[in-house]
Amino acid sequence: MAEYRLTTPLSDEDVSKLKAGDIVYLNGTLYTARDAAHKRLVDLILSGEELPFDLKGAVIYYVGPTPPKPGEPIGSAGPTTSYRMDPYAPILIEHGLKGMIGKGKRNQAVREACQKHKAVYFGAVGGAAALIAKAIKKAEVIAYPELGPEAVRRIEVEDFPVVVVNDTYGNDLYEEGRKLWEEK
Amino acid sequence: MRVVKYDDIVKAIRDMIIYSTTHLSPDMKKALEEAYENEKSEVSRAVLAQLLENAVIAEKEWKPLCQDTGLAIYFVKVGEDVKVEGGSLKDAIYEGTEKGYKEGYLRASTCDCFTRANLKDTVGYNLPPVIYFDIVPGDKIEIEYAAKGGGSENVSRATVLAPAAGKEGIKEFVKKVVSDAGPNPCPPLVVGVGIGGSFDYAAVMSKHALFRDIGTPNPDPELDALEKELKEELNKLGIGAMGMGGTETVLAVHIETFQPGRMCHIASLPVAVNIQCHSSRHSHITL
Ligand code: SF4
Repeated sequence: MAEYRLTTPLSDEDVSKLKAGDIVYLNGTLYTARDAAHKRLVDLILSGEELPFDLKGAVIYYVGPTPPKPGEPIGSAGPTTSYRMDPYAPILIEHGLKGMIGKGKRNQAVREACQKHKAVYFGAVGGAAALIAKAIKKAEVIAYPELGPEAVRRIEVEDFPVVVVNDTYGNDLYEEGRKLWEEK
Repeated sequence: MRVVKYDDIVKAIRDMIIYSTTHLSPDMKKALEEAYENEKSEVSRAVLAQLLENAVIAEKEWKPLCQDTGLAIYFVKVGEDVKVEGGSLKDAIYEGTEKGYKEGYLRASTCDCFTRANLKDTVGYNLPPVIYFDIVPGDKIEIEYAAKGGGSENVSRATVLAPAAGKEGIKEFVKKVVSDAGPNPCPPLVVGVGIGGSFDYAAVMSKHALFRDIGTPNPDPELDALEKELKEELNKLGIGAMGMGGTETVLAVHIETFQPGRMCHIASLPVAVNIQCHSSRHSHITL
């Protein structure tokens, strides 16, 4: 279980050194998107149009925060369950996405895309939403404001705590962790 | 007839929502502290430490514990000798819900099933809530509230077993639900189990079972033993905090049966499992 401090955009070298179970503190820019926004991003790719942000080396955080109180950049902001993004993730990975942050299991297609195109899936702690919000210094809606909490935001983070769940070698922390502690 | 004012109900509900979504309930806090002490996996211990720290920040800043501030769920017991003045009880619950979610900066998480559009300007902010009314003797109104997040609802299941399946069948079903859920519902969990009644009522009981404080015994000694046995069995699955592997997956199993007498139809054995994540936000008020 190694610990790393990484800054976005992530490179192939950055993600290749990560193994399932490693703790990573992310710095720099992340983008937020949930299923509704993912559908629109994929539609743009399929019709050859430009995306609202550069996918190359990007990290997407699956979150729908609470509304900020006056003076706060963002409300509580923990991860949402990731499988809803599974149908869209492989095509984004193919187009340069290097990291995804969420919670819960991914399907085989996403795990294969992570191996093939070198990307990682990070788990954040679900329900640690007030704590995680502390790591978010700035937030700005850059697309689809009509989606409310599901709009695409550019967020600036400092030492955002995540754990590697799916690495570029086909490992899965959920499967391995459970095997280690399961009593038959 | 005792009289309760409409506006007092609205305010009490608003305040309960804002407090409960930002202050981890004492029973859950204690359970997480115990899990932190007992957890053998290092990764899971790190997760539990984050959850305890999260609760401290949330409480200090009145910031929502989790961004999924849920569907609002109510179990309401209305005394036969009490009357609401100034409007209906149902309207007061709706208005209190909308006020609590809006003024507490909580997320409006309801949407149209088909278009998935958030209808906060037409239907209302995080409306409608789910309400179960019951009429009881007395002159009080008792309201239990939970903010129920989507992650743990998505993995909850109901079934109707053959009577011959018996206790073993029930145990197998509960185990399968928790095992299949894995990391998705944000473990550590409380597992609510409803047994008996009808297909739908088993599910209602499984949800109501989540309101019992962790650490309190089941009044039925046989069910109390079954709860403890199930908890032990479920913790052998090795799922751990946030599913990262560990020994403390389930903090409590709570069983409710159809009363009086743990009943169901002679041809059926309905069982429902409602999963509650660690971000358990439950409270109650009596007016
Ligand atoms: S399952 Fe619970 S802790 Fe996890 S995101 Fe949903 S409401 Fe929050």
